[in-house]
Amino acid sequence: MINVEGLTKRYARTVAVDNISFEVEKGTIVGFLGPNGAGKTTTMRVLTCFLPPTAGTASVAGFDVLENPMEVKKRIGYLPETPPLYPEMEVSEYLKFVGQLKGISSADIAKRVDEVAGRCALGDVRNKLIGKLSKGYRQRVGLAQAIIHNPEVLILDEPTSGLDPKQIIEIRELLKSLAGEHTIILSTHILSEVEHTCERVIIINQGKLVAIDSVANLTNRLRGAEAVAVEVESPDGHPDPSEVQQRLEVVSGVSRVVMKDSRNGRLIFEVESLQGRHIRAELARTVVNSGWSLSELRPVGLSLEDIFLQLTATEKDGDEGNAPQEVEGARK
Amino acid sequence: MKNILLICFKEFKGYFVSPIGYAVMALFGLIFGFGFYTATRDMVQLGFRAQMMGQQQPMSVNEQVIRPLLGFAGTIALFLIPMITMRLVAEEKRTGTIELLLTSPVRDIEIILGKWCGAVLLYLCVLGMSVINIAMLFMWGKPDLKPVLVAYLGLLLQGGCLLAIGTFVSTTTRNQIVAGGVTFFVCLLLWLLSWFTAFESTAFSQVINYLSIVTHMENFSKGVLDSKDVIFYLSMIFFSLFLTSRSMESLRWRA
Repeated sequence: MINVEGLTKRYARTVAVDNISFEVEKGTIVGFLGPNGAGKTTTMRVLTCFLPPTAGTASVAGFDVLENPMEVKKRIGYLPETPPLYPEMEVSEYLKFVGQLKGISSADIAKRVDEVAGRCALGDVRNKLIGKLSKGYRQRVGLAQAIIHNPEVLILDEPTSGLDPKQIIEIRELLKSLAGEHTIILSTHILSEVEHTCERVIIINQGKLVAIDSVANLTNRLRGAEAVAVEVESPDGHPDPSEVQQRLEVVSGVSRVVMKDSRNGRLIFEVESLQGRHIRAELARTVVNSGWSLSELRPVGLSLEDIFLQLTATEKDGDEGNAPQEVEGARK
Repeated sequence: MKNILLICFKEFKGYFVSPIGYAVMALFGLIFGFGFYTATRDMVQLGFRAQMMGQQQPMSVNEQVIRPLLGFAGTIALFLIPMITMRLVAEEKRTGTIELLLTSPVRDIEIILGKWCGAVLLYLCVLGMSVINIAMLFMWGKPDLKPVLVAYLGLLLQGGCLLAIGTFVSTTTRNQIVAGGVTFFVCLLLWLLSWFTAFESTAFSQVINYLSIVTHMENFSKGVLDSKDVIFYLSMIFFSLFLTSRSMESLRWRA
Protein backbone atom coordinates (compact mmCIF):
# COMPACT_ATOMS: atom_id res chain seq x y z
CA MET A 1 0.00 0.00 0.00
CA ILE A 2 2.79 2.35 0.94
CA ASN A 3 6.14 1.95 -0.66
CA VAL A 4 9.14 4.00 0.31
CA GLU A 5 12.46 3.49 -1.36
CA GLY A 6 15.72 5.22 -0.61
CA LEU A 7 13.86 8.23 0.69
CA THR A 8 16.13 11.14 1.57
CA LYS A 9 15.10 14.60 2.63
CA ARG A 10 17.71 17.27 3.05
CA TYR A 11 17.06 20.70 4.43
CA ALA A 12 19.50 23.54 3.92
CA ARG A 13 22.08 22.23 6.36
CA THR A 14 20.70 19.08 7.86
CA VAL A 15 19.70 15.70 6.56
CA ALA A 16 16.33 15.00 8.12
CA VAL A 17 15.72 11.63 6.54
CA ASP A 18 18.55 9.55 5.20
CA ASN A 19 17.92 6.79 2.72
CA ILE A 20 14.93 5.11 4.32
CA SER A 21 13.12 2.22 2.67
CA PHE A 22 10.10 0.38 3.94
CA GLU A 23 6.82 -1.07 2.86
CA VAL A 24 3.47 -1.10 4.53
CA GLU A 25 0.88 -3.65 3.60
CA LYS A 26 -2.78 -2.93 3.19
CA GLY A 27 -4.85 -2.95 6.36
CA THR A 28 -2.03 -2.91 8.88
CA ILE A 29 -1.26 -0.46 11.62
CA VAL A 30 2.36 0.56 11.62
CA GLY A 31 4.03 2.48 14.41
CA PHE A 32 6.69 4.96 13.57
CA LEU A 33 8.92 5.20 16.58
CA GLY A 34 11.79 7.50 17.30
CA PRO A 35 12.89 10.39 19.49
CA ASN A 36 12.06 13.96 18.64
CA GLY A 37 13.85 15.14 15.54
CA ALA A 38 14.38 11.62 14.23
CA GLY A 39 12.66 12.41 10.96
CA LYS A 40 9.22 10.96 11.64
CA THR A 41 7.30 14.08 10.75
CA THR A 42 9.44 14.72 7.69
CA THR A 43 8.80 11.21 6.38
CA MET A 44 5.08 11.66 6.94
CA ARG A 45 5.11 15.00 5.22
CA VAL A 46 6.73 13.45 2.19
CA LEU A 47 4.10 10.71 2.14
CA THR A 48 1.32 13.28 2.27
CA CYS A 49 2.84 15.31 -0.60
CA PHE A 50 3.44 18.25 1.70
CA LEU A 51 7.17 18.10 1.09
CA PRO A 52 8.93 16.71 -1.95
CA PRO A 53 11.69 14.18 -1.29
CA THR A 54 15.28 15.21 -2.08
CA ALA A 55 16.02 11.74 -3.38
CA GLY A 56 14.30 8.40 -3.55
CA THR A 57 10.69 7.61 -4.18
CA ALA A 58 7.57 7.19 -2.14
CA SER A 59 4.29 5.90 -3.43
CA VAL A 60 0.87 5.40 -1.93
CA ALA A 61 -1.54 2.91 -3.47
CA GLY A 62 0.71 2.74 -6.52
CA PHE A 63 0.79 6.50 -7.10
CA ASP A 64 4.06 8.34 -6.81
CA VAL A 65 4.01 11.38 -4.52
CA LEU A 66 5.85 13.52 -7.04
CA GLU A 67 4.23 12.41 -10.27
CA ASN A 68 0.67 11.97 -9.11
CA PRO A 69 0.17 14.04 -5.98
CA MET A 70 -3.55 14.55 -6.60
CA GLU A 71 -4.27 10.83 -6.62
CA VAL A 72 -2.16 10.33 -3.51
CA LYS A 73 -3.85 13.18 -1.66
CA LYS A 74 -7.29 11.75 -2.43
CA ARG A 75 -6.32 8.51 -0.75
CA ILE A 76 -4.70 9.93 2.35
CA GLY A 77 -6.10 11.21 5.59
CA TYR A 78 -3.54 13.17 7.52
CA LEU A 79 -3.46 14.37 11.08
CA PRO A 80 -0.41 16.60 11.58
CA GLU A 81 1.21 17.02 14.97
CA THR A 82 -0.91 20.05 15.74
CA PRO A 83 -4.39 19.35 14.38
CA PRO A 84 -5.07 21.78 11.51
CA LEU A 85 -8.16 23.40 13.00
CA TYR A 86 -9.79 26.75 12.38
CA PRO A 87 -10.71 28.00 15.86
CA GLU A 88 -13.40 30.31 14.52
CA MET A 89 -15.40 27.47 12.96
CA GLU A 90 -17.94 25.17 14.54
CA VAL A 91 -17.08 21.50 14.64
CA SER A 92 -19.67 20.32 12.13
CA GLU A 93 -19.04 23.32 9.90
CA TYR A 94 -15.33 22.54 9.90
CA LEU A 95 -15.86 18.87 9.15
CA LYS A 96 -18.15 19.81 6.30
CA PHE A 97 -15.55 22.18 4.89
CA VAL A 98 -12.76 19.60 5.07
CA GLY A 99 -14.99 16.90 3.65
CA GLN A 100 -15.84 18.99 0.62
CA LEU A 101 -12.22 19.98 0.24
CA LYS A 102 -11.37 16.29 0.12
CA GLY A 103 -13.89 15.81 -2.65
CA ILE A 104 -17.04 14.54 -0.95
CA SER A 105 -20.08 15.63 -2.93
CA SER A 106 -22.51 17.99 -1.24
CA ALA A 107 -25.18 15.29 -1.37
CA ASP A 108 -23.19 12.92 0.84
CA ILE A 109 -21.47 15.40 3.09
CA ALA A 110 -24.07 15.66 5.84
CA LYS A 111 -24.19 11.89 6.20
CA ARG A 112 -20.41 11.62 6.37
CA VAL A 113 -20.17 14.37 8.98
CA ASP A 114 -22.72 12.54 11.12
CA GLU A 115 -20.84 9.33 10.71
CA VAL A 116 -17.38 10.58 11.71
CA ALA A 117 -18.80 12.74 14.49
CA GLY A 118 -20.38 9.61 15.90
CA ARG A 119 -17.27 7.58 15.44
CA CYS A 120 -15.03 10.12 17.13
CA ALA A 121 -17.58 10.77 19.90
CA LEU A 122 -18.06 14.40 18.95
CA GLY A 123 -21.83 14.31 19.29
CA ASP A 124 -22.17 16.78 22.14
CA VAL A 125 -19.71 19.37 20.80
CA ARG A 126 -20.91 19.47 17.20
CA ASN A 127 -22.16 23.01 17.41
CA LYS A 128 -19.37 24.41 19.53
CA LEU A 129 -16.61 26.62 18.24
CA ILE A 130 -13.41 24.67 17.82
CA GLY A 131 -11.50 27.40 19.64
CA LYS A 132 -13.51 26.65 22.79
CA LEU A 133 -12.81 22.92 22.81
CA SER A 134 -10.46 21.14 25.19
CA LYS A 135 -7.27 19.59 23.90
CA GLY A 136 -8.75 16.11 23.87
CA TYR A 137 -11.73 17.17 21.80
CA ARG A 138 -9.51 19.08 19.40
CA GLN A 139 -7.44 15.99 18.85
CA ARG A 140 -10.60 14.06 18.12
CA VAL A 141 -11.81 16.68 15.69
CA GLY A 142 -8.39 16.40 14.03
CA LEU A 143 -8.86 12.67 13.75
CA ALA A 144 -12.40 13.07 12.44
CA GLN A 145 -11.03 15.44 9.82
CA ALA A 146 -8.50 12.82 8.74
CA ILE A 147 -11.05 10.04 8.26
CA ILE A 148 -13.92 12.07 6.85
CA HIS A 149 -13.37 11.01 3.24
CA ASN A 150 -12.82 7.40 4.21
CA PRO A 151 -9.23 7.34 2.95
CA GLU A 152 -7.38 4.15 2.23
CA VAL A 153 -4.35 5.38 4.13
CA LEU A 154 -4.30 7.23 7.43
CA ILE A 155 -1.19 9.08 8.47
CA LEU A 156 -1.27 10.26 12.05
CA ASP A 157 1.52 12.30 13.60
CA GLU A 158 1.50 11.70 17.35
CA PRO A 159 -2.24 11.24 17.60
CA THR A 160 -2.23 10.86 21.37
CA SER A 161 0.19 13.60 22.37
CA GLY A 162 -1.10 15.77 25.16
CA LEU A 163 -4.08 13.59 25.97
CA ASP A 164 -4.92 12.17 29.36
CA PRO A 165 -4.75 8.39 29.86
CA LYS A 166 -8.47 7.88 29.41
CA GLN A 167 -8.50 9.80 26.16
CA ILE A 168 -5.45 7.89 25.00
CA ILE A 169 -7.30 4.63 25.52
CA GLU A 170 -10.29 5.99 23.60
CA ILE A 171 -8.17 7.07 20.66
CA ARG A 172 -6.41 3.73 20.72
CA GLU A 173 -9.72 1.88 20.56
CA LEU A 174 -10.81 4.10 17.73
CA LEU A 175 -7.64 3.39 15.79
CA LYS A 176 -8.05 -0.32 16.29
CA SER A 177 -11.59 -0.16 14.99
CA LEU A 178 -10.30 1.66 11.92
CA ALA A 179 -7.63 -0.90 11.12
CA GLY A 180 -8.48 -3.47 8.52
CA GLU A 181 -10.31 -1.17 6.18
CA HIS A 182 -7.61 1.49 6.50
CA THR A 183 -3.87 1.29 6.40
CA ILE A 184 -2.56 3.34 9.29
CA ILE A 185 0.83 4.82 9.99
CA LEU A 186 1.14 6.55 13.29
CA SER A 187 4.19 8.19 14.75
CA THR A 188 4.88 8.33 18.42
CA HIS A 189 7.57 8.33 20.99
CA ILE A 190 5.42 6.53 23.47
CA LEU A 191 6.24 2.86 23.64
CA SER A 192 3.08 1.49 25.12
CA GLU A 193 1.27 3.14 22.26
CA VAL A 194 3.08 1.00 19.73
CA GLU A 195 2.68 -2.11 21.83
CA HIS A 196 -1.02 -1.61 22.19
CA THR A 197 -2.09 -0.52 18.76
CA CYS A 198 0.47 -1.43 16.14
CA GLU A 199 1.20 -4.62 14.35
CA ARG A 200 4.52 -3.55 12.98
CA VAL A 201 6.99 -1.00 14.12
CA ILE A 202 9.48 1.09 12.21
CA ILE A 203 12.15 2.64 14.37
CA ILE A 204 14.19 5.54 13.09
CA ASN A 205 16.83 7.68 14.66
CA GLN A 206 18.63 10.70 13.28
CA GLY A 207 17.03 10.11 9.94
CA LYS A 208 18.21 6.54 9.64
CA LEU A 209 16.20 3.37 9.78
CA VAL A 210 17.10 1.40 12.91
CA ALA A 211 14.70 -1.51 12.82
CA ILE A 212 11.58 -2.83 11.20
CA ASP A 213 9.90 -5.72 12.90
CA SER A 214 6.55 -6.95 14.00
CA VAL A 215 5.57 -5.75 17.42
CA ALA A 216 4.95 -9.34 18.47
CA ASN A 217 8.59 -10.16 17.83
CA LEU A 218 9.84 -7.14 19.62
CA THR A 219 7.60 -7.37 22.63
CA ASN A 220 8.28 -11.06 22.86
CA ARG A 221 11.82 -10.18 23.72
CA LEU A 222 10.65 -7.49 26.05
CA ARG A 223 8.42 -9.84 28.00
CA GLY A 224 11.02 -12.01 29.67
CA ALA A 225 12.15 -14.24 26.87
CA GLU A 226 15.84 -13.72 26.43
CA ALA A 227 18.21 -14.00 23.57
CA VAL A 228 21.80 -14.93 24.33
CA ALA A 229 24.86 -14.82 22.16
CA VAL A 230 27.14 -17.76 22.85
CA GLU A 231 30.67 -17.87 21.59
CA VAL A 232 32.19 -21.28 21.65
CA GLU A 233 35.85 -22.16 21.17
CA SER A 234 37.36 -25.57 20.94
CA PRO A 235 40.83 -26.49 22.27
CA ASP A 236 41.56 -28.52 19.13
CA GLY A 237 40.62 -25.61 16.92
CA HIS A 238 37.53 -26.64 15.03
CA PRO A 239 34.33 -27.62 16.78
CA ASP A 240 31.69 -29.05 14.51
CA PRO A 241 28.99 -26.39 14.07
CA SER A 242 26.10 -28.79 13.72
CA GLU A 243 27.16 -30.73 16.79
CA VAL A 244 27.31 -27.60 18.90
CA GLN A 245 23.96 -26.52 17.57
CA GLN A 246 22.37 -29.81 18.48
CA ARG A 247 23.78 -29.73 21.98
CA LEU A 248 22.52 -26.21 22.54
CA GLU A 249 19.09 -27.01 21.19
CA VAL A 250 18.46 -29.72 23.73
CA VAL A 251 19.18 -27.47 26.69
CA SER A 252 15.91 -27.09 28.57
CA GLY A 253 14.15 -23.79 27.98
CA VAL A 254 15.74 -23.11 24.62
CA SER A 255 13.37 -22.33 21.80
CA ARG A 256 15.67 -21.58 18.93
CA VAL A 257 19.35 -21.68 18.07
CA VAL A 258 20.79 -19.77 15.15
CA MET A 259 24.37 -19.89 14.01
CA LYS A 260 25.45 -16.30 13.49
CA ASP A 261 29.13 -16.29 12.68
CA SER A 262 32.30 -18.27 12.74
CA ARG A 263 35.83 -16.98 12.71
CA ASN A 264 39.19 -18.38 13.71
CA GLY A 265 37.58 -21.49 15.02
CA ARG A 266 35.14 -19.59 17.17
CA LEU A 267 31.46 -20.14 16.62
CA ILE A 268 28.89 -17.61 17.55
CA PHE A 269 25.32 -18.69 18.14
CA GLU A 270 22.26 -16.81 19.06
CA VAL A 271 20.07 -18.74 21.43
CA GLU A 272 16.53 -17.71 22.30
CA SER A 273 14.75 -18.88 25.39
CA LEU A 274 11.12 -19.64 25.97
CA GLN A 275 9.07 -17.10 27.87
CA GLY A 276 10.40 -16.46 31.32
CA ARG A 277 13.13 -19.10 31.30
CA HIS A 278 16.67 -18.40 32.38
CA ILE A 279 18.98 -20.42 30.26
CA ARG A 280 22.35 -18.80 30.64
CA ALA A 281 23.66 -20.98 33.46
CA GLU A 282 22.47 -24.13 31.78
CA LEU A 283 23.98 -23.09 28.48
CA ALA A 284 27.36 -22.42 30.08
CA ARG A 285 27.30 -25.81 31.79
CA THR A 286 26.43 -27.59 28.56
CA VAL A 287 29.22 -25.95 26.64
CA VAL A 288 31.85 -26.60 29.26
CA ASN A 289 30.71 -30.19 29.86
CA SER A 290 31.06 -30.88 26.15
CA GLY A 291 34.72 -30.03 26.34
CA TRP A 292 34.59 -26.71 24.53
CA SER A 293 35.53 -23.48 26.08
CA LEU A 294 32.99 -20.75 26.49
CA SER A 295 34.59 -17.48 25.47
CA GLU A 296 31.56 -15.31 25.65
CA LEU A 297 28.01 -15.43 26.92
CA ARG A 298 25.99 -12.27 26.70
CA PRO A 299 22.38 -11.32 26.34
CA VAL A 300 21.40 -9.76 23.03
CA GLY A 301 18.21 -8.55 21.49
CA LEU A 302 16.67 -5.16 21.90
CA SER A 303 13.49 -4.60 23.75
CA LEU A 304 11.44 -1.69 22.56
CA GLU A 305 12.43 0.02 25.74
CA ASP A 306 16.09 -0.69 25.18
CA ILE A 307 15.98 0.56 21.67
CA PHE A 308 14.18 3.60 22.74
CA LEU A 309 16.50 4.29 25.64
CA GLN A 310 19.40 3.92 23.33
CA LEU A 311 17.88 6.27 20.82
CA THR A 312 17.08 8.93 23.35
CA ALA A 313 20.49 8.45 24.92
CA THR A 314 22.09 9.21 21.59
CA GLU A 315 20.04 12.31 21.45
CA LYS A 316 20.94 13.46 24.94
CA ASP A 317 24.61 12.54 24.75
CA GLY A 318 24.92 13.95 21.30
CA ASP A 319 27.53 16.49 22.33
CA GLU A 320 29.69 13.90 24.04
CA GLY A 321 30.65 12.47 20.72
CA ASN A 322 29.83 8.82 20.29
CA ALA A 323 26.91 7.69 22.31
CA PRO A 324 27.09 4.21 23.73
CA GLN A 325 26.25 1.85 20.96
CA GLU A 326 26.31 -1.18 23.26
CA VAL A 327 22.85 -2.10 24.28
CA GLU A 328 23.79 -4.73 26.82
CA GLY A 329 24.35 -2.16 29.51
CA ALA A 330 20.78 -1.04 29.32
CA ARG A 331 19.50 -4.50 29.94
CA LYS A 332 19.74 -5.95 33.39
CA MET B 1 -14.04 25.74 -9.63
CA LYS B 2 -15.93 24.03 -6.83
CA ASN B 3 -12.86 24.20 -4.65
CA ILE B 4 -12.30 27.87 -5.39
CA LEU B 5 -15.84 28.70 -4.30
CA LEU B 6 -15.50 26.50 -1.24
CA ILE B 7 -12.37 28.28 -0.07
CA CYS B 8 -13.72 31.67 -1.13
CA PHE B 9 -16.84 31.35 1.03
CA LYS B 10 -14.88 29.93 3.91
CA GLU B 11 -12.57 32.96 3.84
CA PHE B 12 -15.45 35.35 3.42
CA LYS B 13 -17.30 33.84 6.36
CA GLY B 14 -14.09 33.92 8.37
CA TYR B 15 -14.00 37.72 8.09
CA PHE B 16 -17.32 37.99 9.82
CA VAL B 17 -16.56 35.53 12.60
CA SER B 18 -13.64 37.70 13.59
CA PRO B 19 -14.08 41.45 14.04
CA ILE B 20 -12.00 42.23 10.93
CA GLY B 21 -14.89 42.24 8.48
CA TYR B 22 -17.06 44.50 10.62
CA ALA B 23 -14.15 46.75 11.57
CA VAL B 24 -13.06 47.31 7.98
CA MET B 25 -16.60 48.02 6.83
CA ALA B 26 -17.35 50.35 9.75
CA LEU B 27 -14.11 52.30 9.34
CA PHE B 28 -14.71 52.73 5.65
CA GLY B 29 -18.34 53.72 6.16
CA LEU B 30 -17.36 56.29 8.77
CA ILE B 31 -14.60 57.95 6.79
CA PHE B 32 -16.49 57.83 3.52
CA GLY B 33 -19.57 59.25 5.21
CA PHE B 34 -17.49 62.10 6.57
CA GLY B 35 -16.12 62.78 3.08
CA PHE B 36 -19.63 62.61 1.68
CA TYR B 37 -20.92 65.09 4.24
CA THR B 38 -18.24 67.68 3.53
CA ALA B 39 -18.45 67.26 -0.25
CA THR B 40 -22.25 67.69 -0.39
CA ARG B 41 -22.24 70.54 2.14
CA ASP B 42 -19.65 72.42 0.13
CA MET B 43 -21.62 71.90 -3.03
CA VAL B 44 -24.87 73.08 -1.49
CA GLN B 45 -23.17 76.18 -0.08
CA LEU B 46 -21.57 76.88 -3.43
CA GLY B 47 -24.98 76.57 -5.02
CA PHE B 48 -26.56 79.02 -2.56
CA ARG B 49 -23.74 81.50 -3.02
CA ALA B 50 -24.04 81.32 -6.78
CA GLN B 51 -27.77 81.94 -6.58
CA MET B 52 -27.34 84.91 -4.25
CA MET B 53 -24.81 86.47 -6.60
CA GLY B 54 -27.34 85.97 -9.36
CA GLN B 55 -24.94 83.87 -11.37
CA GLN B 56 -26.09 80.74 -13.07
CA GLN B 57 -23.06 78.47 -12.76
CA PRO B 58 -23.29 75.04 -14.24
CA MET B 59 -23.27 72.64 -11.31
CA SER B 60 -22.70 68.93 -11.63
CA VAL B 61 -23.13 66.38 -8.86
CA ASN B 62 -20.95 63.99 -10.84
CA GLU B 63 -18.10 66.45 -11.14
CA GLN B 64 -18.25 68.04 -7.74
CA VAL B 65 -19.30 65.26 -5.39
CA ILE B 66 -19.10 61.80 -6.88
CA ARG B 67 -15.80 62.07 -8.69
CA PRO B 68 -13.66 63.33 -5.78
CA LEU B 69 -15.54 61.07 -3.37
CA LEU B 70 -14.89 57.87 -5.24
CA GLY B 71 -11.25 58.87 -5.74
CA PHE B 72 -11.18 59.35 -1.97
CA ALA B 73 -12.74 55.89 -1.53
CA GLY B 74 -9.76 54.42 -3.39
CA THR B 75 -7.42 56.15 -0.96
CA ILE B 76 -9.27 54.84 2.09
CA ALA B 77 -9.16 51.37 0.59
CA LEU B 78 -5.39 51.67 0.39
CA PHE B 79 -5.27 51.72 4.17
CA LEU B 80 -7.87 49.01 4.68
CA ILE B 81 -6.58 46.47 2.20
CA PRO B 82 -3.61 45.36 4.31
CA MET B 83 -6.11 44.60 7.09
CA ILE B 84 -8.07 42.41 4.72
CA THR B 85 -5.19 40.42 3.27
CA MET B 86 -2.73 40.14 6.12
CA ARG B 87 -4.23 37.03 7.66
CA LEU B 88 -5.03 35.18 4.43
CA VAL B 89 -2.04 32.86 4.29
CA ALA B 90 0.16 34.08 7.14
CA GLU B 91 -2.41 32.92 9.69
CA GLU B 92 -2.62 29.46 8.13
CA LYS B 93 1.13 29.19 8.14
CA ARG B 94 1.31 30.15 11.79
CA THR B 95 -1.37 27.76 13.02
CA GLY B 96 -0.36 24.95 10.69
CA THR B 97 -3.69 24.72 8.90
CA ILE B 98 -1.80 25.32 5.67
CA GLU B 99 -0.82 21.67 6.01
CA LEU B 100 -4.46 20.72 5.67
CA LEU B 101 -4.87 22.75 2.48
CA LEU B 102 -1.64 21.56 0.90
CA THR B 103 -2.35 17.90 1.64
CA SER B 104 -5.90 18.04 0.31
CA PRO B 105 -6.62 17.18 -3.31
CA VAL B 106 -6.75 20.84 -4.26
CA ARG B 107 -4.40 22.65 -6.61
CA ASP B 108 -2.34 25.56 -5.30
CA ILE B 109 -3.94 27.92 -7.77
CA GLU B 110 -7.39 26.98 -6.47
CA ILE B 111 -6.31 27.83 -2.93
CA ILE B 112 -4.90 31.18 -4.05
CA LEU B 113 -7.85 32.14 -6.22
CA GLY B 114 -10.25 31.08 -3.48
CA LYS B 115 -8.53 33.23 -0.90
CA TRP B 116 -8.20 36.18 -3.24
CA CYS B 117 -11.86 35.95 -4.25
CA GLY B 118 -12.87 35.82 -0.59
CA ALA B 119 -10.93 39.02 -0.01
CA VAL B 120 -12.45 40.65 -3.10
CA LEU B 121 -15.90 39.69 -1.83
CA LEU B 122 -15.25 41.47 1.46
CA TYR B 123 -13.86 44.45 -0.45
CA LEU B 124 -17.11 44.56 -2.42
CA CYS B 125 -19.01 44.72 0.84
CA VAL B 126 -16.75 47.56 1.94
CA LEU B 127 -17.47 49.43 -1.28
CA GLY B 128 -21.11 48.61 -0.69
CA MET B 129 -21.00 50.91 2.33
CA SER B 130 -20.41 53.84 0.01
CA VAL B 131 -23.45 52.95 -2.06
CA ILE B 132 -25.63 54.07 0.87
CA ASN B 133 -24.31 57.61 0.46
CA ILE B 134 -24.21 57.64 -3.30
CA ALA B 135 -27.79 56.33 -3.41
CA MET B 136 -28.91 59.46 -1.54
CA LEU B 137 -27.56 61.58 -4.36
CA PHE B 138 -29.66 59.58 -6.78
CA MET B 139 -32.73 59.92 -4.59
CA TRP B 140 -32.57 63.71 -4.36
CA GLY B 141 -30.65 64.57 -7.47
CA LYS B 142 -30.12 63.46 -11.01
CA PRO B 143 -26.50 62.45 -11.38
CA ASP B 144 -25.35 60.56 -14.44
CA LEU B 145 -25.29 56.84 -13.68
CA LYS B 146 -22.74 55.60 -16.21
CA PRO B 147 -19.65 57.45 -14.92
CA VAL B 148 -20.53 56.25 -11.43
CA LEU B 149 -20.57 52.66 -12.58
CA VAL B 150 -17.25 53.13 -14.37
CA ALA B 151 -15.74 54.61 -11.24
CA TYR B 152 -16.92 51.65 -9.20
CA LEU B 153 -15.44 49.29 -11.75
CA GLY B 154 -12.17 51.19 -11.38
CA LEU B 155 -12.33 50.92 -7.60
CA LEU B 156 -12.97 47.21 -7.89
CA LEU B 157 -10.04 46.70 -10.26
CA GLN B 158 -7.72 48.82 -8.16
CA GLY B 159 -8.82 46.97 -5.04
CA GLY B 160 -8.41 43.58 -6.72
CA CYS B 161 -4.92 44.57 -7.70
CA LEU B 162 -3.89 45.67 -4.20
CA LEU B 163 -5.58 42.60 -2.70
CA ALA B 164 -3.56 40.37 -5.01
CA ILE B 165 -0.37 42.10 -3.88
CA GLY B 166 -1.48 41.67 -0.27
CA THR B 167 -2.17 37.98 -0.84
CA PHE B 168 1.31 37.56 -2.22
CA VAL B 169 2.92 39.32 0.74
CA SER B 170 0.87 37.18 3.10
CA THR B 171 2.39 34.00 1.66
CA THR B 172 5.90 35.18 2.43
CA THR B 173 5.60 35.35 6.20
CA ARG B 174 3.88 33.64 9.10
CA ASN B 175 3.45 36.88 10.98
CA GLN B 176 0.23 38.77 10.26
CA ILE B 177 1.59 42.09 11.46
CA VAL B 178 4.57 41.84 9.14
CA ALA B 179 2.29 40.85 6.26
CA GLY B 180 0.00 43.80 6.95
CA GLY B 181 2.85 46.28 7.35
CA VAL B 182 4.72 45.22 4.23
CA THR B 183 1.50 45.21 2.19
CA PHE B 184 0.74 48.71 3.37
CA PHE B 185 4.14 50.03 2.35
CA VAL B 186 4.04 48.31 -1.03
CA CYS B 187 0.61 49.80 -1.68
CA LEU B 188 1.79 53.19 -0.50
CA LEU B 189 4.82 53.02 -2.76
CA LEU B 190 2.71 52.13 -5.78
CA TRP B 191 0.44 55.00 -4.88
CA LEU B 192 3.26 57.52 -4.40
CA LEU B 193 5.00 56.63 -7.64
CA SER B 194 2.95 59.23 -9.45
CA TRP B 195 4.25 61.97 -7.13
CA PHE B 196 7.86 61.47 -8.05
CA THR B 197 7.23 62.11 -11.68
CA ALA B 198 4.62 64.83 -11.56
CA PHE B 199 6.78 67.44 -13.29
CA GLU B 200 8.99 65.29 -15.47
CA SER B 201 8.34 63.77 -18.82
CA THR B 202 11.34 61.60 -19.59
CA ALA B 203 10.73 58.06 -20.77
CA PHE B 204 11.81 56.72 -17.41
CA SER B 205 9.45 58.86 -15.43
CA GLN B 206 6.65 57.91 -17.78
CA VAL B 207 7.28 54.26 -17.07
CA ILE B 208 7.27 54.97 -13.34
CA ASN B 209 4.14 56.98 -13.74
CA TYR B 210 2.49 54.18 -15.65
CA LEU B 211 3.19 51.81 -12.76
CA SER B 212 1.44 54.02 -10.26
CA ILE B 213 -1.83 52.56 -9.11
CA VAL B 214 -3.50 55.96 -8.80
CA THR B 215 -2.70 57.26 -12.27
CA HIS B 216 -4.93 54.61 -13.76
CA MET B 217 -7.65 55.31 -11.26
CA GLU B 218 -7.95 58.92 -12.44
CA ASN B 219 -9.51 57.98 -15.74
CA PHE B 220 -12.01 55.68 -14.07
CA SER B 221 -13.11 58.32 -11.59
CA LYS B 222 -13.64 60.72 -14.49
CA GLY B 223 -15.96 58.13 -15.93
CA VAL B 224 -13.58 57.28 -18.77
CA LEU B 225 -13.25 53.60 -19.49
CA ASP B 226 -9.87 53.15 -21.16
CA SER B 227 -8.74 49.66 -22.12
CA LYS B 228 -5.18 50.70 -21.23
CA ASP B 229 -6.16 51.08 -17.58
CA VAL B 230 -8.23 47.92 -17.49
CA ILE B 231 -5.34 45.98 -18.96
CA PHE B 232 -2.95 47.53 -16.46
CA TYR B 233 -5.02 46.40 -13.50
CA LEU B 234 -5.77 42.98 -14.92
CA SER B 235 -2.12 42.34 -15.69
CA MET B 236 -1.11 43.52 -12.20
CA ILE B 237 -3.64 41.12 -10.69
CA PHE B 238 -2.44 38.30 -12.90
CA PHE B 239 1.21 39.03 -12.13
CA SER B 240 0.65 39.24 -8.36
CA LEU B 241 -1.35 36.03 -8.28
CA PHE B 242 1.34 34.36 -10.35
CA LEU B 243 3.94 35.46 -7.80
CA THR B 244 1.65 34.12 -5.08
CA SER B 245 1.48 30.72 -6.70
CA ARG B 246 5.28 30.64 -7.02
CA SER B 247 5.58 31.62 -3.40
CA MET B 248 3.12 28.89 -2.36
CA GLU B 249 5.10 26.37 -4.30
CA SER B 250 8.29 27.47 -2.61
CA LEU B 251 6.65 26.74 0.74
CA ARG B 252 7.00 23.10 -0.12
CA TRP B 253 10.58 23.32 -1.25
CA ARG B 254 11.85 25.54 1.51
CA ALA B 255 9.69 24.36 4.39
